Amino acid sequence: MLIRVQSADFDLGAELAALTAGRRDVGGIGCFVGVVRDDPAHPLAALTLEHYPGMTEAAMAAIAAEAERRWNLLGCTLLHRVGRLEPGANIVLVLAAAPHRQAALDAAAFLIDWLKTRAPFWKQECFADGATRWVAARAGDDAAAARWSDQAGGMCP
Amino acid sequence: MIRVLYFAWLRERAGRAEEQLHLPPDIATVGALAAWLRARDPAGAAAFTDLKLIRAAVNQHFAPPDAPVTDGDEVAFFPPVTGG
Repeated sequence: MLIRVQSADFDLGAELAALTAGRRDVGGIGCFVGVVRDDPAHPLAALTLEHYPGMTEAAMAAIAAEAERRWNLLGCTLLHRVGRLEPGANIVLVLAAAPHRQAALDAAAFLIDWLKTRAPFWKQECFADGATRWVAARAGDDAAAARWSDQAGGMCP
Repeated sequence: MIRVLYFAWLRERAGRAEEQLHLPPDIATVGALAAWLRARDPAGAAAFTDLKLIRAAVNQHFAPPDAPVTDGDEVAFFPPVTGG
C-alpha cells in the first residue's frame, strides 16, 4: 500500500503507473478522485485541509490494511492533500488494484467511505465574501461508512 | 506530564495548538480531562462547550470518553473528522 499526505497536487497517471509497475496480475483498478467543489449559492474561495501528523498516516494505513483484509487486492494507494485548495483542485486519491473489477470497485468505495469518517482530517471553508466555516460531519458520510459493517472493532472515532 | 493537542475549531477556541500539563491527580479518563479543561479557563470553556461535538485520541488512537489517560500520554481533542 502507498499512504501519503502532501500539500502538492498529485498526478493520476503517475500514481496508476506506480501501482501497477512490473506487475502482470492486475485485472482492474478502482479509482476515486475527490475534488474541491464550488457552491454557486455561496461562492467558495478555497478549502483549507488540516490533519494530525502521525495519527493521520497511521489511520490511513489501518484503513488500507482493512481493505486488504476484506478483498483480494494487489495494491492500493491512499493520497490526501492538506493546506489551501481552491475549487477544481484535487483533494484525495484512492486507487485499489485487484485481479477482477468487483473487488477493485468495491474496495475503492470502501476506502473513500472509511477515509471520510475515520481519518483525522478537517476542512475549513473560506468563502469569496471573506467568511470562514469549519465543515460539519455529515450524517450521510456516517451512513455510507456504516454500510460496510464494522468487523474491525476499536477504530471508530 | 501529558501532551494535549487541539485541532480545527477546538484549536481556534482553545487559543493554542498544544500544551504540556501535569495530569491532575483525580483525572483518569479522556472525559474527565475534557471536563477539567472546560472548567480551567475561559478558552477551555469556549473550546469544550458541548462535549458531544468533541472527539478524542489517546496516543494517536481514537478514544471514547471513558478511555484511560495516564502520565506520559498524548491526548488530542478535535471535532468529528471531515476529510475526503
